[in-house]
Amino acid sequence: MAYSDKVIDHYSNPKNVGTLDKASKSVGTGLVGAPECGDVMRLQIQVDEATGIITDAKFKTFGCGSAIASSSLATEWLKGKSVDEAVKIDNMDLVEELNLPPVKIHCSVLAEDAIKSAINDYRKKNGLDELVFEERIH
Amino acid sequence: MLKLPIYLDHNATTPMDPRVLEAMIPYFTENFGNAASRNHSFGWHAEEAVDYAREQVAKLIGADPKEIIFTSGATEGDNLAIKGVYEMYASKGNHIITCTTEHKAVLDTCKHLEKLGAEVTYLEVQPDGLVDLKALEAAMRPTTILVAIMYANNEIGVVQPVKEIGEIAKKHGALFFTDGVQAVGKIPVDVIADGIDIMAFTAHKMYGPKGVGALYVRRKNPRVKVTAQMDGGGHERGMRSGTLNVPGIVGFGKAAEIARTDMAADTERISKLRDKLENALKQIDESYVNGNPAHRLPHVSNISFKYVEGEGLMMGFNKDIALSSGSACTSASLEPSYVLKALGLGDDLAHSSLRFGLGRYTTEEQIDFTIKAVTDTVLKLREMSPLWEMFKEGVDIDAIQWAHH
Repeated sequence: MAYSDKVIDHYSNPKNVGTLDKASKSVGTGLVGAPECGDVMRLQIQVDEATGIITDAKFKTFGCGSAIASSSLATEWLKGKSVDEAVKIDNMDLVEELNLPPVKIHCSVLAEDAIKSAINDYRKKNGLDELVFEERIH
Repeated sequence: MLKLPIYLDHNATTPMDPRVLEAMIPYFTENFGNAASRNHSFGWHAEEAVDYAREQVAKLIGADPKEIIFTSGATEGDNLAIKGVYEMYASKGNHIITCTTEHKAVLDTCKHLEKLGAEVTYLEVQPDGLVDLKALEAAMRPTTILVAIMYANNEIGVVQPVKEIGEIAKKHGALFFTDGVQAVGKIPVDVIADGIDIMAFTAHKMYGPKGVGALYVRRKNPRVKVTAQMDGGGHERGMRSGTLNVPGIVGFGKAAEIARTDMAADTERISKLRDKLENALKQIDESYVNGNPAHRLPHVSNISFKYVEGEGLMMGFNKDIALSSGSACTSASLEPSYVLKALGLGDDLAHSSLRFGLGRYTTEEQIDFTIKAVTDTVLKLREMSPLWEMFKEGVDIDAIQWAHH
């Protein structure tokens, strides 16, 4: 399968690979996927508690090029957004930006799940109710 | 000068040897006759060429030329052998034994026959990929008509104990069919010594053209017959109708002759390169060679690099190196290789595998390039892998409750 130039670019020069302190109260961590399914994403956000703005985002991904590109792009989009804005990132936006073929849409769904999971982790740590998202079929 | 891309997927197909192409060319143009035309020289020339190729192909496997049935390839051969035996020997029984690591052409043919009333035993293989002979013996029934076990596996290259399998089949009065696609032309195969009754193989895996294969069908001790699966002019001793692909068959013959004469030298050179590649890649932490290393084709290596995903890994070098992964994402199914899973590998290791298939034109320079490219990419992707980080921190990844999707 041919990859789009944007996927290749993110794969070759991934943005924001790394690890934030998951014990920190200002860090939210989302770990989604499963090794058996061939993709695992860990996405972390660092939130400025006073403003609610995401000041940093990091990822590590085990998966194909599209999974790596989806998580790399997600971290780019997260930085500078407020947590409330970040919740609205839709997997189809990632699909469009990266030009993912149908067989790779699950990679973008996983990235969206990782964002939401990281946000909920942050909310939980800060005494906020976890957001409830509708179940989706992967 | 190293020319890119490098081809290391010789289990999928091989380039045609220029000597083969040269032999074929006249049979497209001036010698275009139909080998079944009995009353003019065009037909006679074509028939002569086919007879000569039949001898060349037979000689490669120690068979009599009359025992060679030309087909369109090994998928047809697998179908013809299994369905043909099932129909021909229906009065004797309806039980077939095969194994879980067979090619889909065998497995799906067996599944098809199950719908028609066949009973099929799918033997599990051992963790090294080999069939357990005791399990085979135990699976034999009075109604067993066929044992269908491949000679060598396409994904991991393990070579089955065919001689012992043939003996067990014979002892119980069943026929032994083997899919010889990966083995014939690569390692010595002798249908007499190996006790094979029927064998499918194909030209394009041994530097011949695509679209032509052969089915070996034993003529004595015992005399084997298969029911034709296509009706028509009764070519190939009535077992496979259809005008013969004369240029393809000529090429197949030449490819078989070269495989026989060059096998020892090719094997010595290629196995050294394979070992160099494998030994270098084994130096990477948490890399595992799949399949029994002592019973394996000389040109194949299948390695899992734990904590990196196969397709992601290939993307690191697939503009320069062509090879194959057992990972899910390469197919639309999202299921990792059933062969690797049959060895008992966890899905994580099955997802992390690469298959290297070397060939006649593989050079040391190409192998050196490959070692570096694969090593660099594995290390780079591990820096990006959450699983690798957990492993390094001593987290038990298997104990995590993953959300399956």
